[in-house]
Amino acid sequence: MKLLSEKGVQRILMATAFSAISALLLIALFIISEGLPFIFSYGLNEFLFSSNWEPQAGKFGIYPMIVASLWVTFGAMVVGAPLGVAGALFLTEYVPKAIMRIVKPTIELLAAIPSVVYGFIGVMVLAPIIRENLGGPGLSLLGASIILGIMILPTIISISIDSILAVPQSYREGSLALGATIWQTIHMVTIKASKSGIIASIILGMGRAIGETMAVIMIAGNSVNIPTSALDSVRTLTANIALEMSYATGMHRQALFATGVVLFIVIIILNSIASIAIRKRPVKK
Amino acid sequence: MTKKFTLYLALLTLAAFWGCGKNKTSITIAGSTAFQPFAEKLAETYMNYNNKVNITVQGGGSAVGIQAANSGAAEIGMADLVILPEEAKALTSTVVARDGIAVIVHPDNIVSELTTDQVRDIFNGKITNWKDVGGKDASITVVSREAGSGTRSSFEDIVKDISLKRDALIQDSNGTIRETVANDVNAVGYLSHGLINNKIKAVRVDGQESTTESILSGNYKLVRPIYLLVKGNLEGEIKNFIDFVLSSEGQEIIKANGLLPAK
Repeated sequence: MKLLSEKGVQRILMATAFSAISALLLIALFIISEGLPFIFSYGLNEFLFSSNWEPQAGKFGIYPMIVASLWVTFGAMVVGAPLGVAGALFLTEYVPKAIMRIVKPTIELLAAIPSVVYGFIGVMVLAPIIRENLGGPGLSLLGASIILGIMILPTIISISIDSILAVPQSYREGSLALGATIWQTIHMVTIKASKSGIIASIILGMGRAIGETMAVIMIAGNSVNIPTSALDSVRTLTANIALEMSYATGMHRQALFATGVVLFIVIIILNSIASIAIRKRPVKK
Repeated sequence: MTKKFTLYLALLTLAAFWGCGKNKTSITIAGSTAFQPFAEKLAETYMNYNNKVNITVQGGGSAVGIQAANSGAAEIGMADLVILPEEAKALTSTVVARDGIAVIVHPDNIVSELTTDQVRDIFNGKITNWKDVGGKDASITVVSREAGSGTRSSFEDIVKDISLKRDALIQDSNGTIRETVANDVNAVGYLSHGLINNKIKAVRVDGQESTTESILSGNYKLVRPIYLLVKGNLEGEIKNFIDFVLSSEGQEIIKANGLLPAK
């Protein structure tokens, strides 16, 4: 006897799929309804472009946090993207498959380490190294970039590997048959064919970097400060919300929700730019 | 056998819960994370004497404590602020303990004494080098707490006229402040005096050490009161509990765990 009809299964699966979307919608609605009224009453310009964040004095300018979030994410990209893509190319093109099958899951284990552990390593190991060799307080934009760069490696490497492996073997064989070396084949054929996957891996890494909170709170120092060098301490949008939410009441609390709205919009903009970049990739060879 | 045992256990648990719900007054205490562990210990001891009361202790911070006492979400709010805000004025406040705030530096720092003016200038960013206060030629790393923290607002209210310098590091607990200062030879921060250990050094402020004796005698300036806030008058079980906290046994518990008694 059939327990469920075809239609029934379809409905159940549809409900499951929509629950994810409705969760997203609910979260967006909640943040926006809490934060948007504040932005309007306080003034969008003042909120986004003033660099005075003094909740006790009723001043809520998040410009330093926006700048810091963008710099930290950019820094993480500079550290993580080249390492990740190069690692993926090495593992797919130069190393026997058997070894890759051992190394790849090992790298993916990096993603299983809780972010508080990354933060702890940053504070105990990286910060003193930066402080002693380069100066500054150690808890800095540079430290946060390096830690986040490492945190996004597993995302970049494993998705890049998958997209590089998806390139048909015949492409490589064709190139090699024409007398190209392995490196020539990689940068003229393999990378071009797997470009969209590699870009997608970097975008996903970027999403993780901009949203990361715990490790950043621990390593970035959290000064409300527009950084003038990589050794300055900074506070990201996520850190601002997490640090102050437990105490905030009234206007201050609304301002933190408004910070969430800005973070939400920044992420949407970054993702849109990235997906346009994927679609616009050159088709002609 | 096992089944019977499980059933027995379940019945027993049920009975225990039944007993709990019967004739018991429940009191919720919420607020200051600095006083939370003390409140838990006090509540535990009190419940041993008086099994008619069930006390739940929650954290949330001083602002939450005031809010909860006002809204009735908690019967008792805890706040550790020097100056209570407007919205706490309507509440009945009782000072149940005091807490010293120590200014701390790395143990290797040769500076071991600062004046209140120097502390203010350091946190304001007017003094940026240790050599200006008798130390080595090295720039000062200022470490503070996040906006809204009871320790921070008490510190700023006592030292007065602090507008924290822009590039000060911000840490979100007493523990992480201690960790940051212990790891940085040039750092300066402040924390609850009960949390001083040998990884950091508390400096003398205006010639006074932040010891228990010095705070009790009133010589050490950086001291904040810890309030229990109640909406309306103190009566019934709530009054009994606050009386217990103020009794010599309650104060002894507070003293034994690193805070200072109210009087």
